[in-house]
Amino acid sequence: MTPFVYGLLTFLLACAIAVSLSKDLLNSIIIFMSYSLIMSMIWILLESPDLAITEAAVGAGITSVLFFVTLRKIHALKEEEYEQEE
Amino acid sequence: MSKKNEKYESTLWYRLKYWVNGEEEDGIVEKETDKYEAHLKRVSVEDRVYRAFSEIPNDGEEERAHYEELRKELLELSKRYETWPEKRGVKIFNRIYQVAAVILCVFIIGILLVTVSYLPEFGNKDNPSNNEVSERYIEKGLEETGATNIVTGMILDYRAFDTLGESHVLFIGACAVLILLRVDQVKKENTTKEEIEEANTEEIYEKDEDTILKKVAFFLVPTIMLFGIYVILNGHLSPGGGFSGGAIIGAGLILYLNAFGYKKIQRFFTYKTFSRISIVSLLCYACTKGYSFYTGANHLESIVPLGTPGAILSGGFILLLNICVGMVVACTMYAFYTLFRKGGM
Amino acid sequence: MLQHLLNHYYETVSIVLFGIGFTMLLLNRNMIKKIMGLNIMDTAVYLFLAAKGYITGRVAPIIAEGLEGKESFINPVPSGLVLTGIVVSVSVTALMLSLTIRLYRRYHTLDIDEIAMLAKKEDL
Repeated sequence: MTPFVYGLLTFLLACAIAVSLSKDLLNSIIIFMSYSLIMSMIWILLESPDLAITEAAVGAGITSVLFFVTLRKIHALKEEEYEQEE
Repeated sequence: MSKKNEKYESTLWYRLKYWVNGEEEDGIVEKETDKYEAHLKRVSVEDRVYRAFSEIPNDGEEERAHYEELRKELLELSKRYETWPEKRGVKIFNRIYQVAAVILCVFIIGILLVTVSYLPEFGNKDNPSNNEVSERYIEKGLEETGATNIVTGMILDYRAFDTLGESHVLFIGACAVLILLRVDQVKKENTTKEEIEEANTEEIYEKDEDTILKKVAFFLVPTIMLFGIYVILNGHLSPGGGFSGGAIIGAGLILYLNAFGYKKIQRFFTYKTFSRISIVSLLCYACTKGYSFYTGANHLESIVPLGTPGAILSGGFILLLNICVGMVVACTMYAFYTLFRKGGM
Repeated sequence: MLQHLLNHYYETVSIVLFGIGFTMLLLNRNMIKKIMGLNIMDTAVYLFLAAKGYITGRVAPIIAEGLEGKESFINPVPSGLVLTGIVVSVSVTALMLSLTIRLYRRYHTLDIDEIAMLAKKEDL
């Protein structure tokens, strides 16, 4: 069990560092999504399944979708600017 | 007769009266000079140089050339002086800020790590955090709340007031996002940029109808909805509850919206539905919990029987409260999504 | 001390995650990255809390046959606290992202320094 936990925690740290270092916003959002999934596995290992379900639905689902929509909106605004400039 | 005060206009009472009335202190002259100085400060150095050398004397070519040279030099200097805070200054500040931030972070992590190394052993049952509170919850939880999932029994019975506050946080969050992102559709005279953008995005979203997405969503959405309802209804028996189930249903609604478009979802879910469902759920929660406080103070003896543990219809009010919380959470999640994407529901 | 830290690996990892999130919050200029850093800080705090409630060899506090009495369940209090925290963090994130969209609409940039500078120029 313990090597599995160590691996998960290492992956968690790697994900967090990758989120902060990646230049592309879309990449970092997807990495953040996987971070949330790993987190929900860790909740199960910590014997709190309530948290696992909530984290999987909220962290990996809703929060990431909100980030994606924000990015989409900002890209749409950017395109509009270019069109106006032209 | 009272003595006439010569300096009445600068007394405290006079100022206070004006301040209470919300008027400008026009009687005080200092204010004007302040304004003038502020105006002077606002005028750029460049302007001042221009003004100082605007009257170039006409005597002699040499003098004029000299003046011109001086003026150019001064202009350059002033430009450098003006742009210094925007270029060099910001750079230097950023460097200092970054170094300071890294040092601060390392410092904080170090202190916290030292603290962690003094913590009691991980996973030990005699740790101070595992005190009589949690023992009491575990021992008496089933008996008093009727929920086999002790966490749900805790947050929806012992701490139900806390959870009510939290559902209000969600509702208020949705309201704040609504205020910030809503595109007003009533004002048609001044078609702003946002409205044009809204029309554009809608067109983009509505046009590409993905067959694969539609077919997958056709099978997936009912399953997700059913799972969400299952999680909500079994909140007091198994892991889950209002929050997670509500989030799952919200995700299902978002998938439905993405696959089938606004027209289909507006047949059953509009802004009115959102406001009605959340308000009715919050009211229902508040009334139910208020009633149980009224009858039993500590919720030790509410009128509703607790039922046999393990059955769906058990646990007193917990099932109802779970449904209310789930409705609020689902509506809020869907509202967040639509407001972000379209600026309206 | 190192041995202690290795024994408390959940807590150590949560502290390091907190540090990473805090560094992101301070050093990244992009608003969306800042919000992500805040989210990472959130989850780090939740991890710390949940690790404090864990007891080795015990199971989740769901009463079933054969599992009764206080000796067989972990501490349910941190779970309840974190459950409320996770959901509140979503609404905080949504609020911050909507503010970001508004700022972008007005200043056409995500860089917080540029936004501050533009706002300062607007004031003058």
